[in-house]
Amino acid sequence: MKILVPVKRVVDYNVRIQVKSDNSGVNLDGVKMSVNPFDEIAVEEALRIKERGEAEEVIAVTIGDSAAQEQLRTVLAMGCDRAILVEAPSDLEPLAVAKTLKALVEKEDAQLVIAGKQAIDDDSGQVAQMLAALLSCAQATFASKIELAGDSAKVTREVDAGLETIEVDLPAVVSADLRLNEPRYVKLPDIMKAKRKPIDTLSLAELGVDGTNQLTVSNWSAPSAREPGIKVEDVAGLVGKLKEKGLL
Amino acid sequence: MAKVLVIGEQADGKLNDAIAKVVNCAQAIGEVDVAIFAKGGDGVAAEAAKISGVNKVLLVENDVNEHALAASLAPQIVALAAEYTHILGSSSTVGRDVMPRVAALLDVAQVTDIMSVEGEYSFKRPVYAGNAIVNVDVPNDKKLVGTVRVASFKAADQGGSAAVESVNVDAEIPTHTRFVSTETSGGDRPDLQSAKVVVSGGRGVGSEENFAVIYSLADKLGAGVGASRAAVDSGFAPSDLQVGQTGKIIAPELYFAVGISGAIQHLAGIKDAGTIVAINKDADAPIFEVADIGLVGDLFSVLPELEAALG
Ligand SMILES: Cc1cc2nc3c(=O)[nH]c(=O)nc-3n(C[C@H](O)[C@H](O)[C@H](O)COP(=O)(O)OP(=O)(O)OC[C@H]3O[C@@H](n4cnc5c(N)ncnc54)[C@H](O)[C@@H]3O)c2cc1C
Ligand SMILES: Nc1ncnc2c1ncn2[C@@H]1O[C@H](COP(=O)(O)O)[C@@H](O)[C@H]1O
Repeated sequence: MKILVPVKRVVDYNVRIQVKSDNSGVNLDGVKMSVNPFDEIAVEEALRIKERGEAEEVIAVTIGDSAAQEQLRTVLAMGCDRAILVEAPSDLEPLAVAKTLKALVEKEDAQLVIAGKQAIDDDSGQVAQMLAALLSCAQATFASKIELAGDSAKVTREVDAGLETIEVDLPAVVSADLRLNEPRYVKLPDIMKAKRKPIDTLSLAELGVDGTNQLTVSNWSAPSAREPGIKVEDVAGLVGKLKEKGLL
Repeated sequence: MAKVLVIGEQADGKLNDAIAKVVNCAQAIGEVDVAIFAKGGDGVAAEAAKISGVNKVLLVENDVNEHALAASLAPQIVALAAEYTHILGSSSTVGRDVMPRVAALLDVAQVTDIMSVEGEYSFKRPVYAGNAIVNVDVPNDKKLVGTVRVASFKAADQGGSAAVESVNVDAEIPTHTRFVSTETSGGDRPDLQSAKVVVSGGRGVGSEENFAVIYSLADKLGAGVGASRAAVDSGFAPSDLQVGQTGKIIAPELYFAVGISGAIQHLAGIKDAGTIVAINKDADAPIFEVADIGLVGDLFSVLPELEAALG
């Protein structure tokens, strides 16, 4: 069985992003870029499945500009067997990303896709579900546990009410939530070894995907700031303030 | 005129509170129908019919609709889509699971987390954990599929009397996805997402046993309980209590952040809170930059004192 893991290059989660003064986007000059944290969790899960002998190959895919090779090298160092870069604009919307992934799943005959539950830049949370729809296969989003059993899998999901367990037949698309696992650290020798692993480059045209976005995103702005607050000295001060505001 | 179909989520025979908020958003777009997918859904449909401004409630009864599985719901929603220009779900885990599947089946893009309606085909939504807001314009010759960020909308009033219509849908329901079980942490505290007051604990609380101080203050205030990711990851609190970018986005009138440092991802969940109170022993913790009222101190002495002061 092959597992496909889509990984996205995003602004590192520690960065406080700034909106550009001309409202055309956020400032990315010199900003640290990383693998989307949920995708790192997805990679880790795929590697563990392979290490248990339940999969033969883990393939990482990114769709974006060639700078995303850096993120592919990171997940190759974690242990992915090979990687694919599909060259596309870095703002390709989730539907087009899902169409690209569909073409790759079919090309590679992957039985399992583990994606992240959301990309922390656009916060869309769409790709995994869209891919499952396009493949007419099962989906299990927000996964905190995956147990494979032959050609099906039991997946525990983090939902609003608590935890839900569902059973899905393969092929299936799973999206990783935070509690699925804790990704491993990459060691220096692995980084060296990863340099020799292959990265294939494909174009959207080669996969037969139309890369035009349907949505127009514009007019970036910073959220309205909160009024500056105050500090109180003690509990009496806190209770006093809350009463003053009519909250107690 | 725009016709909006709102997907009415239910669990255990009760309509999700979020739906009245989605209806409010939908009314800014056009005429609103609500669809209920249930196994024996009369009660839920009646609840939806009472939301003011709802034109009609469509009740789709089917045994598979007992549990909200995206793979089963999506084809049924698509079967109803023909008459509508817009299809909206909520930003709950059910909405976030099913709506992108619907969008892809219809071959349209989706707008996630609509926070305001600027026009029939124009919306604002947050990106980067709410640190930027963007305008999204959608082609008006395509159906719009979206999820509504419920923390941004008030609930539509009660007092409506919409007709309930039972409908059969012509949809092929796949068998590749089966419900197994749910495990809810339950309890009778107010629901985190609709509570007027929420008390959240972070890593500073230290342990699952210590979380009792959070529950105790919450009970005194009649509040819901939340947690930071660090508190959930450390096993102090169940995952459904996580507040933040990737947990629940809430808008209580009063929020207590106790032993929480104030990471960007946590703040994303409380941007719409009325008053934020921070209790933290580190005077430089970033939570104080957003708190309306800050108290520097050890939570293990502050919370008992606060409870005592509340009488
Ligand atoms: C992809 C991604 C998604 C994330 N999503 C979320 C999310 O949805 N929600 C979320 O919360 N986080 C999220 N995080 C994690 C976030 O970045 C922070 O790591 C997390 O919020 C920190 O939790 P904390 O404030 O409880 O812990 P810490 O940052 O460790 O802060 C603990 C605080 O407790 C204080 N403290 C300690 N002891 C006491 C005491 N006795 N009395 C008073 N104060 C005390 C300390 O001064 C400190 O400020 C996410 C991270 C990533 C990468
Ligand atoms: N451009 C991309 N390249 C590769 N994977 C992606 C890309 N965009 C999104 N994904 C995957 O889809 C998940 C959800 O993304 P989104 O729907 O954009 O929030 C991410 O966590 C990735 O696993």
